[in-house]
Amino acid sequence: MEHVPLAHVLILSTILFFLGIYGFFSRRNLITMLMSIELILNSVNINFVAFNKYVYPHQLEGVFFTLFIITIAAAEVSISIAIIINLYRRFNTIDIEDTKNMKF
Amino acid sequence: MNVEAIIFYILAALIITFGVLTVFTRKIFRAAVFLLFSLIGVAGVYILMDMQFVAALQIVVYVGGIVVLIIFSIFLTHSSGERLAPQKLGRIIRAGILSAIGMLFSVWIITHHLFLPTTALPIEHSVQNIGLQLLSYTSYGYVFPFEVVSILLLAALVGSIVIAMKIKKQ
Repeated sequence: MEHVPLAHVLILSTILFFLGIYGFFSRRNLITMLMSIELILNSVNINFVAFNKYVYPHQLEGVFFTLFIITIAAAEVSISIAIIINLYRRFNTIDIEDTKNMKF
Repeated sequence: MNVEAIIFYILAALIITFGVLTVFTRKIFRAAVFLLFSLIGVAGVYILMDMQFVAALQIVVYVGGIVVLIIFSIFLTHSSGERLAPQKLGRIIRAGILSAIGMLFSVWIITHHLFLPTTALPIEHSVQNIGLQLLSYTSYGYVFPFEVVSILLLAALVGSIVIAMKIKKQ
């Protein structure tokens, strides 16, 4: 990877991050919003690993943070899928425009 | 341009293409499959950066766990082949403007900042080194966050079972 500059890896992760932001703000379906969050978390992981590889190659901190982020993403997805299934059972929809009972 | 750079740019194009398809497609099951390919591309980037352990974890946890869970929940909540309702134009425009401004700003900062690498000797990012430092309880060891995160994962598993459980009426 010596021939690929760090800026190109960071631009890749930036594009992925803002794709996730776009999906999160434009979609109204809970599962597609969850997929956008996965894209955002992945772009952050790419950033951590790239900084660890290019700027601080004598340390392992980026790898550790990536491992913790992956773990927390797994926990977050399991909780949110449980909430989505419960919501579907109660309101028969997972569109966030139609589920207003939790608003207040 | 050598082979590694060519592979990196092909992988980057694949990741971005499948990411765009994930965000823009109107069929929710296809969105999940496109997300799967995007995550596999990210694992390829990790392998190119000599982080085999992170790449393996990415494949195991994201591709094998999270996407399968998302596909299961799609099957539980949608009838197959159903198209999502079209989005409002104002919301699309607002989200597009917001993300375009943010992306241009971040890319401008990245291209104008000089990242200076350290001169210290690099260490090998092998599983042995990662495991030794992750579980060491001397200074710069990560055993305390490891334990905290494992308790968090256990709590999340128990909590998701409790939330999704159907309570029988007496």
